[in-house]
Amino acid sequence: MPPEPTGGPPAEAATRLLADGPSVINVGLESFATELAGQDRPVVHVDWVPPAGGDPRLARLLAKLLT
Amino acid sequence: MSTVLNEVRRGTYLDSVALMRISGAIRSMDGVDECGLMMGTPANLRILADAGVLAAEGETAGPGDLVIAIRARDAARAAAAIAEAARILSRPKRTSGSGPAAVMPRTLRSAVAALPGANLALVSVPGAFAATEAMKALAAGLNVLLFSDNVSLDDEIALKAEARARGILMMGPDCGTAIIGGVPLAFANAVTRGDTGIIGASGTGIQEVSCLVSNGGGGISHAIGTGGRDLSREVGAITTLTALDLLDADPATRQIVLISKPPAPEVARTVLARVSRSPKRVVVCFIGAKDLDLPPNAVAGATLEDAANLALGRPVATPASLSRPTASGKLHGLFSGGTLAAEAQLILSRAGLAVASNAPVAGSAPIAEAHGRHTILDLGDDAYTIGRPHPMIEPAVRDAHIRAALESPDCAVVLLDCVLGYGSHPDPAGHIARLVEARPPGGPRIVASVTGTDADPQSRTLQVERLRAAGIEVPPSNAAATRRAVELLTQATPPERR
Repeated sequence: MPPEPTGGPPAEAATRLLADGPSVINVGLESFATELAGQDRPVVHVDWVPPAGGDPRLARLLAKLLT
Repeated sequence: MSTVLNEVRRGTYLDSVALMRISGAIRSMDGVDECGLMMGTPANLRILADAGVLAAEGETAGPGDLVIAIRARDAARAAAAIAEAARILSRPKRTSGSGPAAVMPRTLRSAVAALPGANLALVSVPGAFAATEAMKALAAGLNVLLFSDNVSLDDEIALKAEARARGILMMGPDCGTAIIGGVPLAFANAVTRGDTGIIGASGTGIQEVSCLVSNGGGGISHAIGTGGRDLSREVGAITTLTALDLLDADPATRQIVLISKPPAPEVARTVLARVSRSPKRVVVCFIGAKDLDLPPNAVAGATLEDAANLALGRPVATPASLSRPTASGKLHGLFSGGTLAAEAQLILSRAGLAVASNAPVAGSAPIAEAHGRHTILDLGDDAYTIGRPHPMIEPAVRDAHIRAALESPDCAVVLLDCVLGYGSHPDPAGHIARLVEARPPGGPRIVASVTGTDADPQSRTLQVERLRAAGIEVPPSNAAATRRAVELLTQATPPERR
């Protein structure tokens, strides 16, 4: 079921994103980070590789164990 | 006799766009017939096998291994292609971002440590891993733009519930576009900043409206993408409601444009009830929706163009109508943008034309019933992009469809879109123009729209000029292009007389 509409003040983390502009951690397509860096936006690209040898189910289990 | 040669790089990963670019460079080498660089997932190995480039060594690759697969005129050229791929792959990886060059962090946690003040994770890893990475980002307190598709509905609900509990904005999955504080993210355009906020379930819908507003003298405060399923009954508009809270509270936003395909009825009621409490004017563009019960502070725009005109305080365009019956020729619409394809279908249907599509909206027939109907294909649909780049990144994936339409005896008008901006191909108009210029004289008329601005890396003006030089008509919007296509259908010489 849909949640009740909030209509209240938005939370701080999201408000600060709009107020400050994005400061980005890029995980995936490196071209996105390159384009942000080209616009002088703060960005750090993660040298991501598929975890668990590329097995998504094992990767999910590992992530749960580590958090 | 051609030679197929494979090399497997164990434990080597590159993203799909980087691999596509290397594949393109290798494919252009003399004597190379086909080239595929892919991670060795079972689906990718099937694609390589179907393309006739998989050899025994390639078959040994696992999902964490990179396969370089070549088919060339002879063994020497195949070996040279493998060597060139190896040379490109051996280039040191770039570091990106501000601050001194450093080794790239391998984990999200170390990246956060390297960028104090980080407030957004832009996640575009393959879908099977995307939810895991997005959840790590939420746990680190980051807002998330999840670009990846193929994320399950259950994962989407879990991610959005987590984000709501943490007071975080969760854009996506399958969020192709956002503009935050004037910064284009993923596939977005360089638009003027202004007082119109956008909340959109569709990437190209946000792109078209933001560009029309910007090109029309207005500006965008923020454009927040929600992902295509946000207004489904199951997800219940979690991100849309968060975005309404944010834009309501944002002093830079005077009015809000809400873009989506028609939502589930109970979700539409919830969202419109929330809209009624907004202190701001809201333009509601639920493309194709009828009889919306809107609150007094809201107005309805039936198309993306209508939504942009309403935001600009302009009258909406008169819908297309047939001045006289069409000749027997058909319209073939070949789109890279899904919502642009939806808007075109709506305009054609409202003009009284029978339309079929692989992504039909209300009033259109499924593509299996295309006979005797005008057709609109969304070539960015998942069915066309498995193992291939999206046509906004690589326009060549649309070539075969355009050639077929231009040579089709029943085609009177070809309707295209050309989407510019960050993330898109550097010269989509040039690609289309070269293809069109190579055709024999005569044949169908061609109409195209160009979604973009002059501040985009490709420059809208230059792209429009390139298309016009190739004899392609370029009206000012996708809706206007579709109306022009309707006009041309009534003027077209019946194909049998050509």
